[in-house]
Amino acid sequence: MIELSDVTKRYPGGHEALSELSLKIAQGELIFLTGHSGAGKSTLLKLIAALERPTSGTIVVTGQNVGRMKRAALPYFRRNIGLIFQDHKLLYDRSVIDNVLLPLHIQGMIGADAAKRARAALDKVGLLGKERARPITLSGGEQQRLCIARAVVSRPALLLADEPTANLDSAYARDIMDMFRAFNQVGVTLLIATHDLDLIHQYGGRQVDLAHGRLVRA
Amino acid sequence: MKAWLAHHLQSLRTAAARFRAAPLATLFTVLVIGIAVALPAGLYALLLNLDRAAGGARPLPELTLFLKTDVGAEQGARFAAALKNDADVADTRFISRDDGIRKLEAMGLGDLAAGLPDNPLPHSILVTPATGEPERLEALRERLAGDAVVERVMLDAAWIKRLDALLGLGRDLVFLLAVLLGLALAAITANTIRLQIYAQRDEIEVAQLIGATDRFIRRPFLYFGAIQGVSGGLAGWCIVMLAGWSLQAGVAAVAAAYGVDFRLAGFGLGELLPLLAISAALGWLGAYFAVSRALREMEKF
Repeated sequence: MIELSDVTKRYPGGHEALSELSLKIAQGELIFLTGHSGAGKSTLLKLIAALERPTSGTIVVTGQNVGRMKRAALPYFRRNIGLIFQDHKLLYDRSVIDNVLLPLHIQGMIGADAAKRARAALDKVGLLGKERARPITLSGGEQQRLCIARAVVSRPALLLADEPTANLDSAYARDIMDMFRAFNQVGVTLLIATHDLDLIHQYGGRQVDLAHGRLVRA
Repeated sequence: MKAWLAHHLQSLRTAAARFRAAPLATLFTVLVIGIAVALPAGLYALLLNLDRAAGGARPLPELTLFLKTDVGAEQGARFAAALKNDADVADTRFISRDDGIRKLEAMGLGDLAAGLPDNPLPHSILVTPATGEPERLEALRERLAGDAVVERVMLDAAWIKRLDALLGLGRDLVFLLAVLLGLALAAITANTIRLQIYAQRDEIEVAQLIGATDRFIRRPFLYFGAIQGVSGGLAGWCIVMLAGWSLQAGVAAVAAAYGVDFRLAGFGLGELLPLLAISAALGWLGAYFAVSRALREMEKF
């Protein structure tokens, strides 16, 4: 599903976030991406999601060479990937349900069908009762779940999560992880960047460890 | 098709919501655009009225054809009748040499005619042309002068040429002003859109992250620009109409002093609709430019 070969990412200024990294991820895998902060976890996720281009090397995701992709093709590629951010990146000027409807609107899905799917996604993350609320009135855990609902509403085959449980207490974190496992069980490939090692031990899955932009354990 | 329509409606709603979010700022922008529109539009209206005023006072010029002396009265009258079939000729009147001398006598020049041994006048024809355009008049004059029976053609068209040149200069001015202020309109729109994009940066970024195309992001802004342009165009129209209305009494007084009945004519639908269409298009263009620029700057890929 994802194949990286000799991928290097150097930022302007010379900082090398990833160095000649090669990695294969099969469809349906649950992968924990670990490493100290600054090890290159976020960069790796950004490269896979086509948010940034690699400096060298190739990244192939679902058969598409991400680094060579044309700008006009990017939006369509990104629609196949659910992104979950540590800072949620919610839109606070619209209701919970409108946040979840946004990816569907972007894909041209509007009306009753879209509303049904958005409610189903909210139901999955346990926010169905709050669809009219504003995201700002939600707790940190609820905001993270809203972010997940938005990521899964268009039913992507690949979910990328950057520190999804970083700001949550352990009960909330377990909630979120249970959700992820449920998605994984229905065939979604999951790549979760985290430094919470306890969590990994509880949930199993493959661990990919990074240090200073290099692979330590795959 | 239904989804497409719903999507455009959604964009329209988004644009409308952005207007509601900042009513005062919107009002000022619309007013500024209105003034930018009102300047060339007002000058154009002035020109239209000037043209109309001049047209009302302008008698169609007449051509006088002096026939050759060897042309008889009957032949001359036939020629005059035949001329009426010319597309550029509205009417002709044959004046025989006897009529001519009688006219001179009626004008008090009878003594002059009496002193001459013979009637010196040739037969003549008064031609009323169908057109007031200087070029076509000139062409008609040349055509008539070339005829075998015609000795000389007189046409007094100098003042028509002068008026036409002045109106032409006015039209050029309107065009120049319209181009300049049209650019200003697009720039004003681009600037307001730029501020909006800045305020909506998060939203645009998130939309890009989850797969929004440039077109999707651009659309509400384009609607916003077009609506702002139309509103500005309407404001400009109102300004012109108000100005015309406030000048009405003064113009009527001046007209009365010249002994004519003249009222300012405002813009009709025929002028208003193109005006609105152009302001909408310029607003749209300004928005397109601003959003495209911003999108290029924001995309890191």
